[in-house]
This record gives sequence, C-alpha cells and structure tokens, in this order.
Amino acid sequence: MGIDVAIACGKAVFMILLVLQVMALGVFFERKVSAVIQDRIGANRASIFGFAGLGLINTLVADPVKFLLKEDVTPAGADRFLHFLAPVIAVVPAVAAFAVIPFGDVLEAGGRTITLQAAQLNVGVLYVLAMASFGVYGVVLAGWASNNRWSLLGGIRGSAQMISYEIAMGLALIGVVLTYGTLDLQSMVRQQGHLLWGWLPAWGILYQPFAFVLFLVAGVAESKRIPFDLPESESELVSGYFTEYSGAKHLMFMMADFVEVVLVAALITTFFFGGWQIPFLEADGFHVFGRVFALPAAWIVVPLLQVTSFLVKCVFFTFFQIVVRWTLPRFRYDQLMKLGWQGLLPLGLVNVMATAGIILAWGTTA
Amino acid sequence: MVPISWYLVLSAVLFAIGVAGVLLRRNLIVMFMAIELMLNAVNLSFVAFARQLGNEDGQVIVFFVMAVAAAEAGVGLAIFIQLFRARETLNADEVTTLRW
Amino acid sequence: MNALVFLVLAALTIAAAVAVVTNRNPVYSALALVSTLALMSCFFVGLEAYLVWALQLVVYAGAIVVLFLFVIMLLNVQRDERALPGPGTVVAVAGGAGLLALGVALAAIRTPFAGMPAVGEGYGSPEHLAHRLFTDYLVPFEITSLLLLVAIVGAVVLGKRRI
Repeated sequence: MGIDVAIACGKAVFMILLVLQVMALGVFFERKVSAVIQDRIGANRASIFGFAGLGLINTLVADPVKFLLKEDVTPAGADRFLHFLAPVIAVVPAVAAFAVIPFGDVLEAGGRTITLQAAQLNVGVLYVLAMASFGVYGVVLAGWASNNRWSLLGGIRGSAQMISYEIAMGLALIGVVLTYGTLDLQSMVRQQGHLLWGWLPAWGILYQPFAFVLFLVAGVAESKRIPFDLPESESELVSGYFTEYSGAKHLMFMMADFVEVVLVAALITTFFFGGWQIPFLEADGFHVFGRVFALPAAWIVVPLLQVTSFLVKCVFFTFFQIVVRWTLPRFRYDQLMKLGWQGLLPLGLVNVMATAGIILAWGTTA
Repeated sequence: MVPISWYLVLSAVLFAIGVAGVLLRRNLIVMFMAIELMLNAVNLSFVAFARQLGNEDGQVIVFFVMAVAAAEAGVGLAIFIQLFRARETLNADEVTTLRW
Repeated sequence: MNALVFLVLAALTIAAAVAVVTNRNPVYSALALVSTLALMSCFFVGLEAYLVWALQLVVYAGAIVVLFLFVIMLLNVQRDERALPGPGTVVAVAGGAGLLALGVALAAIRTPFAGMPAVGEGYGSPEHLAHRLFTDYLVPFEITSLLLLVAIVGAVVLGKRRI
C-alpha cells in the first residue's frame, strides 16, 4: 500500500519536473530562436563569473530571479483576493493536465508492473479537455480583478477565444477517439505501436492527418500564442489581461503560457506521433525486418529510450510552436473568431463524419 | 464503502441550501446559481441510486440533466441580459410590473 | 470511498454551497459554485461514475459557470450590500429548508437499503454509458440534441440588441 502511494507520487513528481524542464527549455528557445529568426544574438549579457552559457544564465537564472525580486503591485481598487487567485488558476490546470499523458510503456521492477502514466483514467481525453476549460477562469478573473479596462478587454477576448477553440479541439479529438476506440491516452499510444506493411509506424498522423491540422491550430489558439495572441497583444492592449501583474504573478502567467505550449506539444505527440513509441522498438530490443537486436538490461533501457523519445518529440513541437510564433503576424479578433466558429467547427464536424464513415466501411485500426 | 444513505443525506442538505438560496436572495443571477446547486444535488442522488442498483440508468439520466441544465443556463442568461437592457436592474424585487 | 474522505469532502461541499448562497459579491458566488461542482465531482468518482465525473468538470464547471461569469462581467453586476433579507425571514426560510432536508434525510436513513453491490470492471465507463444511451435512451438523446439546438438559436436571438 505504501509502496503504491510512493510510486504514484514518484510518477507525479517526475511528470511535474518533466513539464517544468521542457518549459524552461521552451523559454530559452523563445529568446534564442527569436534572435536567430530576427538575425540578432539575443540575451547573452548576464553571466556568473564570466560564464554566460550562450544566454542560458540570462534566461534561466537571471530572468526568474529578477521576476521574483520585483515588487508585487496590486492596483488600487482591484479585488485583492481575485487578483491573487487568477495566476494560480491559470497555472494549476495546465500542469495538472499532464497527469494523463503517458511517457513510457511499462517499467517492470521488483515484481511490479508500473505503467508510466501518472493517472490511468479511462476518460483521459475528457480530463484534458476539462483542464483546458479550467484555464479560462484564470484569464477571465485576471481581466476582471485588475480594475483596468484594457485588462478587462483582454480578459474577455481571451476567454471567449479559449472557449471557442475548446470546441474545435474537442471535435478534432473525437476523430482521434473514433480511430482508436478509447478515451485512454496510454491505450491510444500502445495502439500506435504496430507497423503498417512491415515498415511504416502506424502513428496517428497517418490515420487522422486532418484532425492533426485542426488540433494544432486549435491548440495554438487555446494557449493564446501568436498568431492568436490578441488577448495579450503587446502592441495593442499593453499586456492584455496580465497588464496589472508584476513580479512573481507575472512569472506565473508566463509559466502558464509556456506550460500550455508544452501541453499542446505533448498532446500532439501522444495523439498523432506515437507518444513514446520508437519504430521497431519492442519490449526486449529492436525488431527490424525479422532480425532481433536484443538490448542489455532491457527492463530499464527500453523505458528510458521511450521516455527520451517522448521528450524529443515534445521538445520538437515546442520548438515548432515557437518558430510559428516568431514568423506569423497576429489575427484580428473577428478573423480569429470567424476561423474558430465558421472554419474549424464545420471542418471538425466533417472530419468526424468522414472518420465515422471510413470506420464503418473498413473497420477500426489495430 | 460509504452506505448510500450518507449520499442521500448530503444530496438533501445541498438541495435545501439551494432552495433557501432561491427564496432568500434577490439577485437574479445568484438565484439562478442556487437553482444549478439544486440540480447538482439531484444529480448526486441519481448517481448514488445508480450505484446502489448496480446499473447505469441513473448516470444516463444525469447526462440528460446536464444537457438540459446547460440549455437552460444559456437561454436564462440571455433573458437576463435582455432584462438588464430594458430595466437596468437584476433585482427580482424591481421587476414586478406583471404582479397584481 | 472511505468514511473519513467522504466526511471531509461533504463538509467542504456544504461550506462552498453556503458560500454560493450567502456571498454578497456575485463573482465570489460563481467561484464558490465552481468549487462546489468540483467537490461534487469527487463524490462521483467515489461512486465509480467516471464518465459523469469528467462530464461534470467539462460541462458544468468548465462551461456553464464560465457563462455565468461572462454575464456577470458583461452586466457589471455589483456587490449586493443587502444580500439577505432581515433575520426573521432568513430564519424562517432556513428553518423551512432545514425541515425539508431533515424529512428527506430521515426517509433515507430509515429505509433499509442493502449494501452496495459489487459492480463489474467497466461500470460507469464511456462504453457502457454509450451503449445505454444509444439503445434504451435513444429517443431522449435525440430530443435532447433538438433541445440544445433550440436553446442555441433562442440564446442567440435573445442576446441581440434589436430582436
């Protein structure tokens, strides 16, 4: 009993640390990749004893310390409790959504089979959507509690955008759920393990390419990244809904932003790119066209390889979202809403119906 | 395992709180929230009985209750917006023109 | 769900429900409502109703109360300085509601319920519920979808400035 609790805590802690590390990497990429795209060097001045580490010290040490030491200002006339609560409500659901994301197959140690997923829910997809819905409260409360009309505008815009694109996300996911016949993410990833025609890994993107595009667009819109960042548009609304936040609370909003980027990346990896699957890797080694390359200590090496593959794919999609951010201009708000309701929603419905028709005609996968 | 009567007692208490809220508060939106509380208390009863009987009929009913509550919330809040535009108030005591 | 967890959650739920009803600021009432709904979803987990748990969080806590918050902010509903009527009315209504609760509670306690039966592996799972929805409850399902369509159209029309 105690061991089970310890294992569950261990998985949860591992997942939280994973999220925070990839998020930190994302912040660093943001500074440096944006610099490379804009043909400059980026932040590299802060250094410890002359060691500036390519700007790592600046982004990952100096910036957080600066934010934490800044004065925490609550504007006059603002609702203090809600002002304090909003960043918390913004961050916690984004991190909590990682509980159902699988980062490996099974770890067989000490006679126990430990599934490498923090919470094995049979309604995993709905849990992720629920956590996305909870994120709306952080935005709307931040806008309301700041006693500032630009914040309120940013907050209302942001929450309207988030709830609109939640629908598009849900519809894209219904196509995926239909394909795999389950709402459990670990089961979906396991079903992506077999090889089509002996050599092509049966990843979700081959079965649901359209849903991939819809989900990518909806996910980027949900996390209010450019090209959908009108709620926090730096050139129009000062900082939108987190104008009145300074210091640690501002850091928490930025953290929430990047954690959502990593969340969208992790979800895309899980649904469409095989999650932790490495092609040709089975539980005891590589099976390539009939020849088996057994791995030593496979019980620990194979899960490590799977976790690494998950991390690599996650980091790749985080990088992709950051590149998109620094490449595209932002949508106007009416264009944004029109895309969500008159573009992605009907396309999502068409995708669901087409998937359902194909499944009726040819049977499900796996 | 908690016996079902505990769930039913909790459901009754929450329902009573909702009833008190609808009767005591005069702000229309808070009254509406108290109605949602009553609906939730009933949902809890349904799910508890579904578990007691070992089948999922109660859960299916809860599914429908949620759908109806969502529809009702949407239309009700739209009515409140129109009311506010017409009367500038959301106080139940100030929209009594149709009373005798 | 064991007794201690139930009692703690029940106490928190009742406290949150009372906060919904008695708070002067409607935004705080809405937040208390979210807390109540999230706490009630814990009871659904205890009753092994997993799909209903997820739906409660997605639909109720994640959409309906957001709608409430939007309307509160759109209409800029202010703090009620006189939220509750005079103490006499409050005691009378609370007493009446209390009697109602007491009656139902006594009926629930006095009824000789058997213990809860063991249920199979997939109880409360989406597959089982979907099976029931699309076989026994198909007509209500279709009518509900029609109802939601009517509600959407109605809400859009009612929200217009000039109908």
